[in-house]
Amino acid sequence: MSRPMVWIPRDAAALAAGADEVAEALTALASRRGLSIDLVRNGSRGLLWLEPVLEVSTLAGRVAFGPVQADDIADLIDRGLLDESTAVSGPSEALAAHPLHLGLTEQLPYFAKQQRVTFARVGLTDPLALDDYAAHGGWVGLDKALAMAPGAVVGQVVESGLRGRGGAAFPAGIKWKTVAAAPAPRKAIVCNADEGDSGTFSDRMLMEGDPYTLIEGMAIAALAVGATCGVIYVRSEYPHAEATLREAIARATAAGHIGAALRGQGPAFRLDVRRGGGSYVCGEETALLESIEGRRGIVRAKPPLPAIEGLFGWPTVINNVITLASVPRILADGAAAYHAFGAGRSRGTLPFQIAGNVKQGGLVEAPFGVTLRELMFDFGGGTRSGRPVKAVQVGGPLGPYVPEKHWDVPIDYEAYAAVGATVGHGGIVVHDDTANLAGLARYAMEFCALESCGKCTPCRIGSTRGAEVVERLVAAPVSLKGAQEELLRDLCDTMVSGSLCAMGGMTPFPVLSALDHYPEDFGLPRSRATGEP
Amino acid sequence: MPSGSTPRAPAGPAASASERELLSQALALHLPDVPTDVPGGSASALLPILHHVQDALGFVPPPLVPEIAAALSLSRAEVHGVLTYYHHFRSAPAGRHVVQICQAEACRANGAEALRPPAGARLACAPGQTRADGGVTLEAVYCLGLCATGPVAMVDDKLRVRVSAAMLDDWAVRFESDKP
Repeated sequence: MSRPMVWIPRDAAALAAGADEVAEALTALASRRGLSIDLVRNGSRGLLWLEPVLEVSTLAGRVAFGPVQADDIADLIDRGLLDESTAVSGPSEALAAHPLHLGLTEQLPYFAKQQRVTFARVGLTDPLALDDYAAHGGWVGLDKALAMAPGAVVGQVVESGLRGRGGAAFPAGIKWKTVAAAPAPRKAIVCNADEGDSGTFSDRMLMEGDPYTLIEGMAIAALAVGATCGVIYVRSEYPHAEATLREAIARATAAGHIGAALRGQGPAFRLDVRRGGGSYVCGEETALLESIEGRRGIVRAKPPLPAIEGLFGWPTVINNVITLASVPRILADGAAAYHAFGAGRSRGTLPFQIAGNVKQGGLVEAPFGVTLRELMFDFGGGTRSGRPVKAVQVGGPLGPYVPEKHWDVPIDYEAYAAVGATVGHGGIVVHDDTANLAGLARYAMEFCALESCGKCTPCRIGSTRGAEVVERLVAAPVSLKGAQEELLRDLCDTMVSGSLCAMGGMTPFPVLSALDHYPEDFGLPRSRATGEP
Repeated sequence: MPSGSTPRAPAGPAASASERELLSQALALHLPDVPTDVPGGSASALLPILHHVQDALGFVPPPLVPEIAAALSLSRAEVHGVLTYYHHFRSAPAGRHVVQICQAEACRANGAEALRPPAGARLACAPGQTRADGGVTLEAVYCLGLCATGPVAMVDDKLRVRVSAAMLDDWAVRFESDKP
């Protein structure tokens, strides 16, 4: 009899929900009953409201249970979880009747309706097992890149239409081309894993669930532009991701995939991990470079672009985790296959993150062109509280609140920009009707004040003044509100136009959208000349 | 006091032998990684060194600041600047238990703001402070990356999701029961 295979995620979201305790209970009980099992600690499938998800292998595919707690294990085993009949013909009637039984994982609508490209392996494999990675298509992209001229590798990324997934959406291939063309003895690949936006966790899930994909993507980038070293800058709030990355790099180096020679035959590529210090603005690429170089995370003036003078003055490719992790599939399957997904000039897929007050929060990878309504309701299932959705913020703390009339706009960078919204890093934060948008507007300003690097005045001082003006606007009697509103809009205008980076330049977006779409929360009449109806 | 005559702050207490030992460990580990052909390149070991020290001690002892500065050819001001710029680093020990409750948007959407008063009351600790008896440090953080299952907290390096007032009670009881 072959041993039953069981998967319990090691993703931080599963650990926080008790995955380690479930794994311990399973191991202990199985050994007490003389059953030997193969337990794999995988990444998360992204159905985060169901974590910890326990999966068991059957001939028809993996069958999922969730959310499982340690004290459910005895009952599950009693009902035949680890029986040979389960592995062969699926769950018994008693097991299928267990309240936590979910059915075949990949047939769950939440999962089946997705298009997993960048996240194809996340949740499927053991994140650190190199043989698992190779067995599921790992290293194919890098091997293809090694057989090509560097210029052709850049050409593939250009043709794929891949744009920066961190939020700025700059074409990745163009950035690579600039670095490739810059004459310099040393170049670097920097991965921005400083995923500070509230409502986003795709970088974290990828680093914890399929770290070799990121490593392979960085190696391809190195090959394409002629870089010999790379750094992954991970935020200090992600200790699990950091530990997984360090272990993955050590194993990939020891096995000769990276290090002295890529895949044992290519040029050298040395990869390091650097831990951030809890500074949001270090997600801005030049502040991030300052931080790696050992200074405060102060934004640099551009030009020079990091592609010309980046880390230590070397030409540097700096891309987000998801951007780099998308590259292996582009090389493996060809640029056209990736380009076939998407809408307009936004090609490929985006791992959306459904968060906040939502019943079924998690990660949904879908091609551009999906709508917010589909993500919030078809996937998300509406609010967790059961109350109506009042507001939804897309694109992190610097993204505006998207009003209901735009929930059916197909999400792509241009279509969103046309209605004054941002896609950003794909984070979606849902609020129910108890939310106070004036309070959230004030918080946006307070957060900017807390995290501003202080280099430019509109951001450093404007954010503090902004929080004060929002407060005064809310407190003012109706007759005096007009003057405060004008002041707030004027201040936002200064911040948008006069800030050095997106921190000060975009903080006004959520504030103004709150003011435009939810004036009653500020004590302002709904029908007004300013803003939108 | 007439301006210009302010005396220089006296040098603080010297670093202890064990603190020095920890620093030389950190230097041995991280200095070989810095680019030697870049002016000021050794500064890039600063954050890894600060992390190494804080990982071991829970904070970066102020007497180590001038020593770190000297080792990396930096001024004390530069090291102090970095140490105080990043929210993660501490210059004084935290409480025996550290409770960090996320206050960013996704957690706010699930009532994180409303957890602040009960957290302060039940843990008997002002937000952003360490309790006088050193039992608890209570802090706000901004995003721990578990935004689908908020409110989220980090309690002594362990992540917690769907944090409720009842959970705060449990922590308070547990913290009281393991007083030294």
